[in-house]
Amino acid sequence: MGEEMSSKPYIREISKTNWFYGQPRYMRYMAREVTCIFIFAYTFLLIWALRALANGPEAYQAFLAALNSPLGILFNLAVLVGVVYHSISWFSLTPQAMPLQRGEEFVPGNLIIGAHYGGWAVVSLIVLFLGV
Amino acid sequence: MEIIKADVAIVGAGGAGLRTAIALAEADPKLRIALISKVYPMRSHTCAAEGGAAGVIKSDDSMTDHFNDTVGGGDWLCDQDAVDFFIAEAPKELMQLEHWGCPWSREPDGSVAVRPFGGMKNKRTWYAADKSGFHILHTLFQTSLKYPTIQRFDEYFATDLLVDDGRCQGLTAIAMMTGQMTQFQAGAVIITAGGAGRMFPFTTNGAIKTGDGMALAYRAGVPLKDMEFVQYHPTGLPNTGILLTEGCRGEGGILVNKDGRRYLQDYGMGPESPIGQPVLKTMELGPRDRLSQAFWHEQRKGNTVQTRWGDCVLLDMRHLGEKKINERLPFVRDLSISYLSVDPVKDPVPIRPVVHYMMGGIHTDINAATPLPGLFAAGECACVSINGANRLGSNSLTELLVFGRQAALSAMAYLESGASPSNDAALAAQAGEAQARITSLFAKSGGAETLSGLRKEMMDLMEEHAGIYRTGEGLAAACDKIFELRQRYADIELHDKSNVYNTDLVQALELGAMLDCAEAVTVGARDRKESRGAHQRLDFTERDDQTYLKHSLAYYQPKEPPHIDYLDVVITKSQPGVRDYSGAKK
Amino acid sequence: MSERQIQLEVLRYNPETDSEPRLQTYSVPCLNEWVVLDALNYVKDNLDTTLSYRWSCHMAVCGSCGMMINGEPKLACKAFIREYADQIRVEPLANFPIERDLVTAVEDFIAKLASVKPYLIPKEDKPIEAGEFKQTPTELKKYKQYTLCINCMLCYAACPQYGLVPEFLGPAAIALAHRYNQDSRDGGRDQRQEVIASHEGVWECSFVGACSEVCPKHVDPAGALQQVKIASTIDWYKEHLMPWVKK
Repeated sequence: MGEEMSSKPYIREISKTNWFYGQPRYMRYMAREVTCIFIFAYTFLLIWALRALANGPEAYQAFLAALNSPLGILFNLAVLVGVVYHSISWFSLTPQAMPLQRGEEFVPGNLIIGAHYGGWAVVSLIVLFLGV
Repeated sequence: MEIIKADVAIVGAGGAGLRTAIALAEADPKLRIALISKVYPMRSHTCAAEGGAAGVIKSDDSMTDHFNDTVGGGDWLCDQDAVDFFIAEAPKELMQLEHWGCPWSREPDGSVAVRPFGGMKNKRTWYAADKSGFHILHTLFQTSLKYPTIQRFDEYFATDLLVDDGRCQGLTAIAMMTGQMTQFQAGAVIITAGGAGRMFPFTTNGAIKTGDGMALAYRAGVPLKDMEFVQYHPTGLPNTGILLTEGCRGEGGILVNKDGRRYLQDYGMGPESPIGQPVLKTMELGPRDRLSQAFWHEQRKGNTVQTRWGDCVLLDMRHLGEKKINERLPFVRDLSISYLSVDPVKDPVPIRPVVHYMMGGIHTDINAATPLPGLFAAGECACVSINGANRLGSNSLTELLVFGRQAALSAMAYLESGASPSNDAALAAQAGEAQARITSLFAKSGGAETLSGLRKEMMDLMEEHAGIYRTGEGLAAACDKIFELRQRYADIELHDKSNVYNTDLVQALELGAMLDCAEAVTVGARDRKESRGAHQRLDFTERDDQTYLKHSLAYYQPKEPPHIDYLDVVITKSQPGVRDYSGAKK
Repeated sequence: MSERQIQLEVLRYNPETDSEPRLQTYSVPCLNEWVVLDALNYVKDNLDTTLSYRWSCHMAVCGSCGMMINGEPKLACKAFIREYADQIRVEPLANFPIERDLVTAVEDFIAKLASVKPYLIPKEDKPIEAGEFKQTPTELKKYKQYTLCINCMLCYAACPQYGLVPEFLGPAAIALAHRYNQDSRDGGRDQRQEVIASHEGVWECSFVGACSEVCPKHVDPAGALQQVKIASTIDWYKEHLMPWVKK
């Protein structure tokens, strides 16, 4: 037993760029975060639509045609999948972020998640109603 | 060697140590407080206490009842002046914890709730579901963070007390992370280092409960008092020894044998109380010693259930229903399912008695002072004694609060009398000797003994001869053998020679402490030729107040077994009587 | 009782002799009802006394024995052998410096815990003699879950953010602050906000949620952090957009 200080902690370095690889929990998190890109992309589509509308009926028809092209449909499908995943993964977290206590008990998480889906449906219906 | 100067050094940072430290910090913000512990405070074993803490608060309860329950429960070996003091302080201390944020379970009106416990005439156990000790410990730890004058030395293993001029003036401790020996100079030292249940193989106690604090004082010449009284908790999980709180029975759980009979009625604790409506102080709410002894008899009669972990009886809580179990006993349910694959909501849980608590410990008076000036002790490592021959369930959490605070006040009064470390050279010399002993442990090679081998021999001896029932013959053999183990202990070799977090070294030191404590238990038990509380002799089956209404005091002798002396019990108002736990007149 | 031979791979590191950690394998006869801690204790008692690790209660309440078991932060005393294949890898808790074998440095965690003022700061002064602060079972339940943290640090080992940004206060410390903030007896939230609503506080959290997934006591620190974020955001709006509204 020596008098010298012999503690020499070893620090395991973590990669700043690929720390999430190989860990399903972190991959799920990245998927949730990365899918926000689809929402971002769709807003560009809307801006394009607005510009087409501003440039007259011809431009707008061309825009609609582009939407109906296989590439356009593929893009919309991809956005739909991404946005649905993004929304579902966030909705599933809502009971943690906003717990509701009614009386002594907490409102079951499924109800809170369900309410979000309900809200989503209502907003979608309003959009649909305004569209037709 | 590094020297750290403090006004008060506290060894052990569990419930008692933290309460002591807070009391000191509150009383005098100028005091330098060194809180030394071999583990981080929240790892201390206070966290494993489940059921709750006793303190009279409800209008249907009384100080007199708490006194009588405690003294009768302790088979009249309690010092009654100390019990009176303890009971008067208890509600204040529990209320203080409430003011510090302890999440006590509540009545619908927002007042603190109490639950029934074994051996109690009225409900008086404050509880936080079934994690009361955990919440007490964390409340104390978190509260202690308010006080900058509490300087913690986490993961420092105390090795020796420094005694000069007839006064305790500090201690030495190894900083586990560096292996460095450190000298703590202090005007007063308070030991709050917990029990020694690990000397037994089957115990609710965590690995850290190895009697280090008891051994510190013992080797410095302070006697260990009433060490022969070891409490078996009646309900432990059979494979791991994990505790299922007395709260299980307080809430209405029943104990049955293999025939489904509530066998406690056959041992003076009947008649049967209605299932689901527990009657206080009888049947399943009898005292721990009686319940554990009843198990032993059932086992002898062949009435126990055979399981792959040995003989058991069944703790049946099914009639409580899932809602109540989840609300009041969630931890019990979790533990039973996880460690035994039995869900108490659906099935009775096999259980058996398990070593739980040391009634004995460092001899202190009502002020938490030991006979060695400058040395104080509180909590399980101390013996005041308010627990006598058998501790009343839920008195221990309260005890560590009441006497933790008292130790602080007494130490302060002692400091005010002008005592402070005086002779640096003498203390340094002692610290040097302490270091030399450790160094020689490292230097030794070719030792014939292994730590785990010696430890197992000690545990087996304790289980066989110092268990629920004991015989003179068995105890005499155990005494000889433990003395032999103490000598063989000198022949152990450390295989780990490194400085950093050397658990081989720590375990060796812990084994040394346990062997000393175990010898005090067996010698005390051998010499107490009567049956009282948790000390039951098959060859002396009756209580003998004529000869043994006395505390035993074990004095350490380096080369010999301890010398046993006796001290009169303080009796103020309750003469020894019959412990009646029959429900007939209730 | 069925017995299985387990290959226990343990990451060893002795700062006095090793420049970096190395794996050592022990062959351990395990009972199926054992936990990984039992296997480690078997190694310590029978195979290699130099192995260092922390443990005490063996009932998942003292919080000592957190370690990585097959890459997951677990309490060794609650990781059942029956749930693993015949090869089990045990490493010290991720994101903490290794002091020795499975023993990690804890000081940073303790300092963070202390920094959030984790004690009751009463709304009103009340002497002990005046009795308890009333608290209904409903009020108790509001914060009870956050009192259950055993400080085992599994959440810090699971949190990538703590691994990447060591200054992050981290899950357990913030959950503990939230515990007191939610306590009906407490009035100290403003005093805690400075630390927990800082950049190194909740705003460093990106809600990976790993902390809550690995928490052995179901404290849900991730939930606590999001609630603190929401409350802090409301504070900000009140302060900047509605300065006339008192917080």
